[in-house]
Amino acid sequence: MSLMQELNRKALRLGVPLSVHLDITYRCNERCEHCYLDHDDHGEMTADEIGALLRDLAEAGVFFLVISGGEPLVRRDCFEVIQQARTLGFNVKLKTNAVLVREKEARRLRALGVEQVQVSLYSHRADVHDAITKLPGSLNRTLAGIRRMREAGLKVTLANVLMRSNFADHVGVRELSAELGAHYTLDPTITPMMDGGRSVLQYRLLSDDLRAVFRDPDLVGDAESFCAPPPPVDDEIREGLPCSAGHTACYISPYGDVYPCVQFPLACGNVRRDTFLDIWKNSPQLAEVRSIRGKDLTTCSSCSHLGTCTRCPGLAYIEGDMRGSSSADCEKSFVRTGIPTAGMLAQSSAGHPRRPAPGLVQIQSL
Amino acid sequence: MKDIYIARSSAVASRILDGEIVIMSATDSTLYSLSEVATVIWQSADGRTPLSDIVESRICAEFDVTPEAAFRDAEAFVEDLADHGILHVSNRPIPQTEPEIELTVGSRFAETA
Repeated sequence: MSLMQELNRKALRLGVPLSVHLDITYRCNERCEHCYLDHDDHGEMTADEIGALLRDLAEAGVFFLVISGGEPLVRRDCFEVIQQARTLGFNVKLKTNAVLVREKEARRLRALGVEQVQVSLYSHRADVHDAITKLPGSLNRTLAGIRRMREAGLKVTLANVLMRSNFADHVGVRELSAELGAHYTLDPTITPMMDGGRSVLQYRLLSDDLRAVFRDPDLVGDAESFCAPPPPVDDEIREGLPCSAGHTACYISPYGDVYPCVQFPLACGNVRRDTFLDIWKNSPQLAEVRSIRGKDLTTCSSCSHLGTCTRCPGLAYIEGDMRGSSSADCEKSFVRTGIPTAGMLAQSSAGHPRRPAPGLVQIQSL
Repeated sequence: MKDIYIARSSAVASRILDGEIVIMSATDSTLYSLSEVATVIWQSADGRTPLSDIVESRICAEFDVTPEAAFRDAEAFVEDLADHGILHVSNRPIPQTEPEIELTVGSRFAETA
């Protein structure tokens, strides 16, 4: 067992929220076509409020802190927030589009001991990248920012979100990441909007493209093993947790709302009204999330993919039932192995896809 | 014993969980978990207190070990951490150029649950 696995196990045993994703703003200087956020400012936490929150998080045992947005660097006090976080001993990972990273910012991030910076890059071609971000010149500015951060000695990961419009460019982005000395990661998941809107799902990869991704050894390693039929489901899998959301990890919005995960818009409390620890310990919503085991899933408990599926409880919740299946993950399991999932078979026998709960409104301030 | 001064690098993250300290270096993203004795040395690495004082006042006072053996082990330990870039070692006091990282004990949940 690796040290990281041991640490996660200990955090789970103690009930410690080891990792927190904190968005400090939803404002952004780009308007990516697939983005799930409302970019207006509805009352962000101030730097003082965030400082108090960070102290609470440190005392609760949070070690890994992702600072993101929106674009976090549009906040003038972003570096103040990062400095507070570093002074409190957090391992800080920053997610940014790097458009606003000049030499000064790159050096400051390095001096503050930011462990890693993740930058979304959609294509190595400016016309494709800029058409997605809707910010003319954004690819060149992002690349310049990445180069400055690399020169400052920062570790950079390029997050290549794959959609229909940029599918063909993942090879070019991989080559670019090698040239920049950056780590490359690929994500074929497009999530619904936070307000429940599903229009952005039109950008999701087609099944054939997804299949090509899953069979590319450069992307998945041993493709034969990656696409192999799932092993038999045993008791360990049935008693297993769906994921770390709400167990050792959670998400906090710029307005102080606490959720199990950035992709799981189940409001659990607000740090402007209650302390983080009160919410983490006493939220009935978090208690419900924590009570769910593999065997409790309404459809997936009988699915042969239960032990290997990437099923996201947040996406299932957005579809209307946190114990239900997530159609995006059903599709991934099916495309990967060629074996239909229980969720797909259930939908097929019902004759229509499952609909989101009526009146379900996603993330909003409590 | 020669005087050695030790200071925690500002490029690391650390948290005390369940009495043990975990450290991650921003330089190489390596995760470390320190033993009880090593945690005492890490907590005392303020750049001002000589290692010999740390060994005498914290290690020998709390653990059953001779000063010579403790100092030898402590020297090897700090050199190892210095090699990984997570501890600064000098024969002079080390001034802090960046805000010192607070050693927050992340145990409020466990204590109050």
